Amino acid sequence: MKPGTLSKSLKSGAIWGFIVLELIFFSIAGEFLSLSDKAFMDWENMLLLLKQSAPIGIIAMGMTIVMVNGNIDLSVGATFAIAAIVLLDSMTWPIFAGLGDWVIPVAWLLALAVGAMLGALNGFIVWKTGVDAFIVTLGSMLGYRGIVFMFNGEQPTSHLNWTLVDFAEAEFLGLATASWFLLGVTLVIWFVMAKTVHGRNAYAIGDNREAAVNAGIRVGPHMMINFAIIGFLAALSAVVFYSESGSVNPNDGQLYELWVITAVVLGGTKITGGAGSVIGTFGGVIAIQLLRKGLGHIGADTSTVNLVIGLILIAVLILDRQLNVKGKEELKV
Amino acid sequence: MATLTKQQIGSVLAKQGILIAFVVFIIAFTIANPRFLSPDNILSVVRSSAILGVMALGVTFVVISGNLDLSVGSMMSFSTIVVLDLHDKIGPAMAIPVMFAMTIALGALIGFLVGYLKLNSLIVTLGMLSAIHGLTLTYSGGQNMDIADKEGTWFSVFGQGTAMGIPVPILIFVALAALLGLVLSKTAFGRKVYAVGGNGTAATFSGIRRARTVFLCYIMSATCVATAGLIQASRSLGSQNTVGQGLELEVLAAVILGGASLLGGSGTIFKTVIGVLILGFIQNGLLLMGLQFYVQFIVTWVIIILAVWLDIAAKRGKLWSPIA
Repeated sequence: MKPGTLSKSLKSGAIWGFIVLELIFFSIAGEFLSLSDKAFMDWENMLLLLKQSAPIGIIAMGMTIVMVNGNIDLSVGATFAIAAIVLLDSMTWPIFAGLGDWVIPVAWLLALAVGAMLGALNGFIVWKTGVDAFIVTLGSMLGYRGIVFMFNGEQPTSHLNWTLVDFAEAEFLGLATASWFLLGVTLVIWFVMAKTVHGRNAYAIGDNREAAVNAGIRVGPHMMINFAIIGFLAALSAVVFYSESGSVNPNDGQLYELWVITAVVLGGTKITGGAGSVIGTFGGVIAIQLLRKGLGHIGADTSTVNLVIGLILIAVLILDRQLNVKGKEELKV
Repeated sequence: MATLTKQQIGSVLAKQGILIAFVVFIIAFTIANPRFLSPDNILSVVRSSAILGVMALGVTFVVISGNLDLSVGSMMSFSTIVVLDLHDKIGPAMAIPVMFAMTIALGALIGFLVGYLKLNSLIVTLGMLSAIHGLTLTYSGGQNMDIADKEGTWFSVFGQGTAMGIPVPILIFVALAALLGLVLSKTAFGRKVYAVGGNGTAATFSGIRRARTVFLCYIMSATCVATAGLIQASRSLGSQNTVGQGLELEVLAAVILGGASLLGGSGTIFKTVIGVLILGFIQNGLLLMGLQFYVQFIVTWVIIILAVWLDIAAKRGKLWSPIA
């Protein structure tokens, strides 16, 4: 075995091991603590879990690309809310009145286009000004939230279209629409990252930006495309979620960026860029949702979920450090 | 001296850009509404900025040392809830030191993780944001916390009192800013903070204990957060569990607006105070102009990016980024 293989496989397998541990723990603890008769690992329950993972999961796929790139996007929660409002509001616009149910694809496209544009705007600013993505998206997190409030003030925006709700609640081969979207996005982004030039460039830029520039990669446009992708996916997440619920509050999507980043980091993506995998992120998303559901199942309240997820995030960081520290020249302080 | 070169103008703008912007804002808002510069209005702006400002002072230390602190918002909720709860249980005189000790203990934990274990500060404090929020909810049982006897307690002095006509929160903010400004600019510890943030390896080789310096920065930050929590609790004498939610990013915005680089090694307390005041006055000025509250979000967005952009543009001598 080559040196480093063990720690590498340990690392990539860690998130799945963690998921198995969670399943065992909650199944056993559920026997004693849960008030419901159903077992935790009930098939229905697991399918529901996949569906509930979709809003965070779809965005997390975009965040994986952006973070592998060495950037970060804090504005996804606000983009999510804007896209949701565009989706629901545009269906009531008079110019689309004659379209009947054909207004649905139009509203979807509008929402997705707006999301991609907002993402691209972030990317453009990062590219042209050279300001760190953290600051740019911290700013646009505020700015985009301001735009959300411009629509309807503090009032919710609501519009129920029953055709749309039927579509969102439909099941195909036993999986809900939202689950299909999550799986589809995961597959596409996995393909992009693992099999295309764009994906390889993303790793190269995150690993060493200078070297990537010298190798002739056009770093600026590349990063802008990635920001457009995460904006698009934030909008897609909103489209999938609000097709079903039909009502959006101006504060919706707040703190999503934190959940998403937590999932991505749990999945093994490095915050400094250059390493990370889409499949790992998928594991991270599932692990978080399992934790939320599992803690609920054994009767713990939301406060425990926050506490546990925070501590796990830090524990993962410590473990990761222990596995990585060997072989590196470390300055002893 | 008749002709100033472009570069000279550029460097003046870069060094004092944030002050110039501040003055321009004040002039513009005053023309739009003369009430803007009335003593009453100024006092009310500074007073409402005091809580954010006190937190920003501590975060300035952390940012200069090259780290981030995203946990200050939920930590502030924690200290507010704790001090309100303990107020009725053990009396205000005991509640305050206990609350400070508990908050500083949280800061010490973060300082240990980031300083001694050298973990990434963004992730650690992100985790702590969530964990402390959970801790607060567990502590309070999810209930709002209120002081039973709101009239008969001297505890309200920190948030509502005045001395010589000046509200106490402002006095605390100014005193703390002066003290921490001195610590940062005149003491050996302050110089170590800059050294660690500017070039950690070089600092280590020159015998600075990097881990300890980072640890102390987080202690500073937690102490400031506890002070902010005290003001908040005392001002409202009751609180929700989420009182500090989202403040971490506003605080960071103020610090960045003041010109501290997220890479560490630059920034001053004075500039952070300016950053805090700019945020406060913009908010107030836009409201006085009759604009909706959300306009300030959009304006803040533009200002943050412009401020940082001009700052780094001046440093590299080019407006546009050299990234291909």
